[in-house]
Amino acid sequence: METLWFIILVVMLATYIVLDGYDFGAGIVHFLVANNEAERKAVTNAIGPFWDANEVWLIAAGGVLFFAFPTLYASSFSGFYLPLMLVLWLLIFRAVGLELRGQVHNRLWERLWDRAFGMASLLLALFFGAALGNVVRGVNLGVVENGVAQQEAPYFFLPLWNPTFDPLAEHQGIIDWFTLVLGLVSVITLTIHGANWIILKSNSTINRRLRPLIFKLNGVLLFLVLLSAALWYYVKPIAFTNLEEHFWLWIFPIIGLTGLIGQFNIKRFKRDGTGFVCSSLFIVGSFGTTAASMYPVLLPSTNSVSPSLTIYNASANEYGLTVGLVWFIIAAVLVIVYFIIQFRVFKGKLDELDYGGH
Amino acid sequence: MEDMILYHRLQFAFTITFHYLFPQLTMGLSLMIVYFKWISIRTKNEHYNDAAKFWMKIFALNFAMGVVTGIPMEFQFGTNWAKFSALTGGIVGQTLAMEGMFSFFLESSFLGMFIFGEKLLGQKLHFVTGVMVFLGSWASGYLIIATHSWMQHPVGYEILENGTFVLTNFSALFKNPWLLPSYLHNQAGSLITSSFFVSAVGAFYVLSNRQKHFGQIFLKAGVIFGCIASVVVAFPTGDLAAKNVVNYQPATFAAMEGIFETEDGGAEIVLIGQPDMVNKKLDNKIAVPNILSFLTYQRWDAQIKGLNEFDEHQHPTNIPGLYFAYHIMAGLGTVFIAIMLVAAFLLFRKKLYDSNWMLWILMFMIPFPYIANTAGWYTAELGRQPWLVYNLMRMTSGVSPTVSSGNTLFTLLGFVGLYLMLGLLFLLLVLKIIRRGPEPLLTP
Repeated sequence: METLWFIILVVMLATYIVLDGYDFGAGIVHFLVANNEAERKAVTNAIGPFWDANEVWLIAAGGVLFFAFPTLYASSFSGFYLPLMLVLWLLIFRAVGLELRGQVHNRLWERLWDRAFGMASLLLALFFGAALGNVVRGVNLGVVENGVAQQEAPYFFLPLWNPTFDPLAEHQGIIDWFTLVLGLVSVITLTIHGANWIILKSNSTINRRLRPLIFKLNGVLLFLVLLSAALWYYVKPIAFTNLEEHFWLWIFPIIGLTGLIGQFNIKRFKRDGTGFVCSSLFIVGSFGTTAASMYPVLLPSTNSVSPSLTIYNASANEYGLTVGLVWFIIAAVLVIVYFIIQFRVFKGKLDELDYGGH
Repeated sequence: MEDMILYHRLQFAFTITFHYLFPQLTMGLSLMIVYFKWISIRTKNEHYNDAAKFWMKIFALNFAMGVVTGIPMEFQFGTNWAKFSALTGGIVGQTLAMEGMFSFFLESSFLGMFIFGEKLLGQKLHFVTGVMVFLGSWASGYLIIATHSWMQHPVGYEILENGTFVLTNFSALFKNPWLLPSYLHNQAGSLITSSFFVSAVGAFYVLSNRQKHFGQIFLKAGVIFGCIASVVVAFPTGDLAAKNVVNYQPATFAAMEGIFETEDGGAEIVLIGQPDMVNKKLDNKIAVPNILSFLTYQRWDAQIKGLNEFDEHQHPTNIPGLYFAYHIMAGLGTVFIAIMLVAAFLLFRKKLYDSNWMLWILMFMIPFPYIANTAGWYTAELGRQPWLVYNLMRMTSGVSPTVSSGNTLFTLLGFVGLYLMLGLLFLLLVLKIIRRGPEPLLTP
C-alpha cells in the first residue's frame, strides 16, 4: 500500500513538472527570446488557458503528500522553509504577471508584468531543480552535531546556502554546487520544453528562431546531464543500487535518453508536437530514474544517528491509505475527464484567443 | 520560544484573513453568475448574459487572488505547523487532499472554458461550465469546513502512544455534527458578501445615472439573494452553529456571550459592554434579561454556564477578542437583516430604484459583510484556542520545532509587503472594471 502511494505521488509530481514545466519554460522564452509584442502575446496565449489548472497539480500533489506521508510533509516543509516560501512568492509573481498584464493597456504596465512573469518563471525552474538536488543529496535529519541529535529525529532546517557551497559539509545549505548544477539542468530542460509547447500551440514568428535554439540548448543539456550523473555518483555513491538490482528499472533512463537524443532532430520534425513529446519523455524518464533509484527512501539522512525517512516510517496508517485510495481513484477518473474536455475545447493553435484582454 | 510561536500564529492569521477576503466573494458570486446566465437563457434577454459576463470578470480576478493566496495556506501546515501536520496529517491531510483532487481541478478546468469558451461552446454548454465552477467552489468550501470541523470537534480517530492521530472511521468525518451547520452558515455568509457587493455596484450605477438598466438588474438580484442569505445566516444556520458551541465547547460559549458568572433564573443577552478581565465583569453593560436562555434552550429560565464554572486552563486564551469578534459578527448580521428586509419591501413595492436614501445605504455597505465574515471566522478560531484539536492537542505543541523566530518574522514581513501590493492592485483593477461597466461602448 505504501508503495502504491509512492507511485501515485511520483506520477502526480511528474505530471506537474510536465504540465507546469512548459509554463515555466514559456515564461523563460517570453523573457529572453520573444522580442516584440506579437511574439509575447503568442507566448501568453499558448499557456493562458492552462497554467492555472496545471498549478493545481502542485496543490493536489502537496495534499496527497500531506495525508499519505504526514511525517515527510512535516519534516521537509519545515526543513526547507526558506526555499518553499520563496517558491510561494515567485508563484504569486508568476500568476499576477500573467493575469494582470492585459488588464491595463499601457506599455510600462505591460513590460513590468512581463518581466515579473519571466523572472519568476526562470527562478522557479531553478528552485525546483535545486529542490530535487536537496532531496537526492539528503539532509542532516535531527540536526546531528558531533554525533548528538539537537532536534527530534525527523526535523531539520537548512539556510539558503553555507559559506563553502559544499554539499558534503556538516552544515548544509539549500544551494551548493551540486544542487546548483541540478537547478541549471532544470532551467535548460524546461526552456526546451516550453519552447516546444509554444511551437505546438502557436504560428508565431518566434517559432522559426526556437527550433535552432532548442538544438543548441539540447547540446548544453546533454553535457549537463552527464556532468550531474557523475556528480551524483560522487555525492551519493549508493544511489544506483536499485538500478543494479532491478533490471527493469532501466526503462526510465532509456525513456529519458530517447527523449534527449530524439530532440536533436528538432529541425527535421514534420509535426509540431514531436518536439514536445521528446522533452516530455526526457522529463518523465529522468524524474522516474531519480524516484526509482531512491525508493523506498523519501528523504535520505546524511548522518548515522537519525534514520532516513522512508515510505514505511513516514506514512499514515493502513486504514487511512486504503480508504484514501477509493476516493482517489474516483477523483483521478474525473480529473482525466476534465483534462480531455479542456484539451478538446482548446485544441489546435491559440493565436486568435484574446488571453488577458478581458 | 514565545516570540517564535507568536510570529507563527501572526503569519497564519494574517495570510488566512487576507486569503478569505477572496473566496467569500467568489463562492456566493458563482451562484449569482449561474443565476444571471440561467435567466438569460430562459428569457433570451441579452442584458442578463452581459451581466453574467461582467461579473465573470470580477469573479476571475477574485479567483486568481484566491488561488495565489490559497497555496500558501496549504504549504503553511507543513512549513509553520510541522508537528501538527505530522501528528494529524493522516486525518486533516485526507480532507485537504480531497479538496485538491475534487474541487480545484473542477474549478480551474471549467473556469478557463467559462471565460474563453462562450463562442466555442454555445449558450447551453457555456451555462454548464458555469455550474461546474459553482460546484467546484462550493465543494472546496465543504472540504475545508470538514477539516475545520474535525479540529473543533474531533471524530473518527484513535491516538497512538506516540501522540499520532490515526483515522479509524472515514465517514465519521462527514457525519460530524459540527460540519453541516458550520458549512451552511459559512456559505450563507459568503452569499451575503456577494449579494451586498452586487447590489452596491447596482446602487452605484443607478445613483450615478449610468448603465442604469444594469444597475437595476444588479439591485434586484442583489436584494433578493441578500434578503434570503441574511435571514438564513441567522436562522436556522447561525442558531444551529451556536447550539453546537453550547453543547461541545460550553466555556467558549460563555466567553463569546460575555457571561462571567452563571445566573439563576435565566441568562441575559449582552448587546454592549467591554470585558474587564481583572474584575471579571462587563463595563457599561446593556443587556436584555432571559433572552439568551430562550434562544439557546427555548426556555426563559434555562441555566447557561458562566466562565466561573470552568477551570482557568479550559478558558479560551483571548476572551475579550473572542467576545468582540462574536458581537461584531452578530451585530452586523442583525443590521444586514434589517437593511435587506426594508430593501426587499421597497423592491416589492417597485420603489427601490427611486429611493435614493436606500441606494446610498446599500452602496456604503460594501465593507461590512467582509468584516462580519472575518469576525465570524475569528469567533470560531479564537473560540478553539488554546487548542489546535479541541481538548486534545494544544496550539503550542503543534508548531515547527526548527523554524526560528527570525526566519518566521522574515517571511511574515515578506507576506505583509507582498499582500499589501496585491491588495492595492486588486482594488485598482476592480474599480477599473466597475468604472468601465458591462457596456463599455456607452461610457465616455
